[in-house]
Amino acid sequence: MSDTADATNDTSEQAGPVLAADGTPLKRSLNRALRRQKLSALLLIAPLLIFILVTFIAPIADMLFRSVENQIVQDTLPRTTQTLAEWDSESGETPGAPVYKALYEDLFIAQERKLHTRLGSRLNYELTGASSLFRKSGRGVDDIGEVYQDQFEDLNDFWKKGENWNALLGSDAWLTEISGWKKSTGDVQPPFEMREGMAELLPETAEYYAIFADFVQNDDEDNLYKEDPWALIYSAFYDDLTGPTAAQIASYTGPASAELGEAAAAAPAFETVDYKAAFSEIDKDWGKTPIWGTIRAYSPALTNGYFLNAVDMQKSPDGPEFRPDNERIYGTLFLRTLFMSICITVSCILLGYPVAWILANLPARTANLLMILVLLPFWTSLLVRTSAWKVMLQQQGVINDTLVWLGIVADDSRLALINNQTGTIIAMTHILLPFMILPLYSVMQTVPPSYLRAAKSLGATNWTAFWRVYFPQSVPGIGAGSILVFILSIGYYITPEIVGGTTGTFISNRIAYHISSSLNWGLAAALGAILLAVVLGLYWTYDKIVGIDNVKLGG
Amino acid sequence: MKFTTTLLASSAIIGAGTLAFADAHADMAKEMTLVSWGGAYQASQDKAYLQPYLEMHPEISAVWDESSNEAVAKLRAMNEAGNVTWDLVDVVAADAIRLCDEGLAMEIDAEEMLAEAPDGTSAEDDFGDLLVSDCFIPQIVYSTTFGYRTDMVGDTPPTKICDVFDTEAYPGKRALEKRPINNMEWALLCDGVAKDEVYDVLATPEGQEKALAKLDTIKDDVIWWSAGADTPQLLADGEVVMGSTYNGRLFSVIEEQDQPVAMLWDAQVFDLDGWIIPAGLPDDRLARVKDFVKFATDTQRLADQSQYISYGPARLSSAPMVGKHAELGIDMAPHMPTDPANAKNTFLYNYEFWADYRDDIDAKFQAWLAQ
Repeated sequence: MSDTADATNDTSEQAGPVLAADGTPLKRSLNRALRRQKLSALLLIAPLLIFILVTFIAPIADMLFRSVENQIVQDTLPRTTQTLAEWDSESGETPGAPVYKALYEDLFIAQERKLHTRLGSRLNYELTGASSLFRKSGRGVDDIGEVYQDQFEDLNDFWKKGENWNALLGSDAWLTEISGWKKSTGDVQPPFEMREGMAELLPETAEYYAIFADFVQNDDEDNLYKEDPWALIYSAFYDDLTGPTAAQIASYTGPASAELGEAAAAAPAFETVDYKAAFSEIDKDWGKTPIWGTIRAYSPALTNGYFLNAVDMQKSPDGPEFRPDNERIYGTLFLRTLFMSICITVSCILLGYPVAWILANLPARTANLLMILVLLPFWTSLLVRTSAWKVMLQQQGVINDTLVWLGIVADDSRLALINNQTGTIIAMTHILLPFMILPLYSVMQTVPPSYLRAAKSLGATNWTAFWRVYFPQSVPGIGAGSILVFILSIGYYITPEIVGGTTGTFISNRIAYHISSSLNWGLAAALGAILLAVVLGLYWTYDKIVGIDNVKLGG
Repeated sequence: MKFTTTLLASSAIIGAGTLAFADAHADMAKEMTLVSWGGAYQASQDKAYLQPYLEMHPEISAVWDESSNEAVAKLRAMNEAGNVTWDLVDVVAADAIRLCDEGLAMEIDAEEMLAEAPDGTSAEDDFGDLLVSDCFIPQIVYSTTFGYRTDMVGDTPPTKICDVFDTEAYPGKRALEKRPINNMEWALLCDGVAKDEVYDVLATPEGQEKALAKLDTIKDDVIWWSAGADTPQLLADGEVVMGSTYNGRLFSVIEEQDQPVAMLWDAQVFDLDGWIIPAGLPDDRLARVKDFVKFATDTQRLADQSQYISYGPARLSSAPMVGKHAELGIDMAPHMPTDPANAKNTFLYNYEFWADYRDDIDAKFQAWLAQ
């Protein structure tokens, strides 16, 4: 770098780069000083920056992330989604027996943790009926497991007691600790520790017992030592006793080896459970393919399902496709929101421009008085103003009554001014008008009246003087006002909800519905993200066409 | 490092201090935040259960939060933020089922947590079928039904639900709720579907089309409402000739505001409203809430509530104790949705069906509305 500097300086000077007092090149020393300044400036605004990041950017990012987030299926049904990956969804047949067994295990744990109904509501957005399917199945899985539980308990009372299971599966060190522990002392319960070798001898039992122990100790906060195991443990136990590791049991000599040997000898003769039949008995939907297709389509941790839904599409075996005509709504709503926002912006310009012009050209005292008239409604509660419009616009309302009284409108054909687009446009234009007048006013104030006089003295007509001289100078105000009004109106929802009826509602009304009523936050986030993208896109276009530098909020 | 240690040590001391304080002074919290719907309904709860409870426990302070219509979303947000500030929330049964499904409401053991009837009947039997969810403590039975302007229907006032769909005999606007629930059932009923087959038909896409087609015949004459106060207002203004809303709202238009409005009880849809306790409350607050709920849902208190509002008490044992309106002095029994004269033809909100079909049918309904 210094080489090139030298080269350029070569002709003018022999002494090389200019040096600061301490001998470093001046350029570098200046840069360093500047950097330090910048850093301290950054530190100065750091609290505000962090505050904005934490309280504003992060929540919005978190909310928008929900539009693709889909962890719940994987988290609730980890084994099922894994085994289901091998299923051929286009075969038209239901998945094989291992998937149903995995479903039993997942669902058993999920219903103990009370997570299955949450998954049901999630999947119900995609497949009608999933909600009650999961609720019903959560109640049913207990019965499936009890088949093995009863048989083991009939075989030997030993298997009824939690203490005996702990003696078999827990490590000696843990057993001594837990037997001396009491909840009332306030000490922390010693966390469960598996006996060495159990994970190899009884792999499935060990796996589920660890989950059971964790649940009892950490979620339920009960004493694991006295807790009788879940039915799930018995079915896992049966699988181990009849599975590939069964041969090793004969050589096991630890605690409860006699009972274990007896169980291993008896297990092969036990009545078995056909998980597929058992689930189909709980609900016949488990014996059909749609629910499996849905679970599989939504197993990945990220999904585009919400976004597809937000543009009236859905997932299908052949990729995304449009929804049937009678379910498409969001496209219409997006277009309507844009169209009506433009209408509102235009009518704000038409109404606001003359008002701002008068305000800017009156003597200050009168202007201030009129300004209060503009601001007064601005300071009134939004709901009050909207409800006032309701009284004005309805069919038995003030406007219709006056028109009928004047004889302009017949009594039986009163105008429909509310619960449609007209109502929304009228009310919102009124509500957003100050956002147009204020920037226009402040820009117009800076236009010297002498320009108009000069134009006229040079022979321009009133119209030419206005259109060629005055209007171009007020355009930045129109730009600023339009951006404000347009962006505010595109996200409005209270006024359209109250006066919009069915044809005058905006996309925000659906977002609000999904946030507060259907609880489909993913879809709401997707709709919100699209709306944000549309606004940013329009802003970008505006910048390209008009130039954002031409926007002025004030003199 | 040293600073961190000091900080940790001091917070540990403070923590221990707080624990000791909580142990020594109170097993029950001294503050309660109750969530309800505002308006006359909340006032009836306040007068019937909260004020008597506060008289018994003067050391307690209680606050009402009027957020029930967005309780589900707010509770979910609070739960995600790990800071549930509500102690007891009044919701409709459908919302209670959703909150229970989402793990946001606590499961209730009716036997243990609710009071017995005076004759010793267990709470579970006294509430009976109304315990529609494991998390739900019912308070009242209300109904969604129609009211009509007596001065706008001529000499033959409407008597049947299907008169709503008859724009020839009863010209003028109708107010219906801006959601499919109830409207779809009424439409099918008036399209010739037998009452006990309504939900079977509505479960099929053809049935949904059929219901929307029936609604389509009056679509131009409908004003869609989303707040319970809309219909009474529209009726009072003469904007609509008839409209659906909650029966208590119509009672107040007819009896308290003396408007020319009458009830059309035919095919009214029963629904339930009650308490849920948010999941994961700290022990002291939970103990307080349990104590309050046991008191507030006993036979006497539920019967008392019907002095202030025309909703039926959810306990069987409260029904005979329903008396006169506290201010108007009129008999409340004939204004109850459950009164035999009013309940000749009724529907019970089908929670299971709507939990499943709500998203699907709502999408179709909204698309139909937007056309």
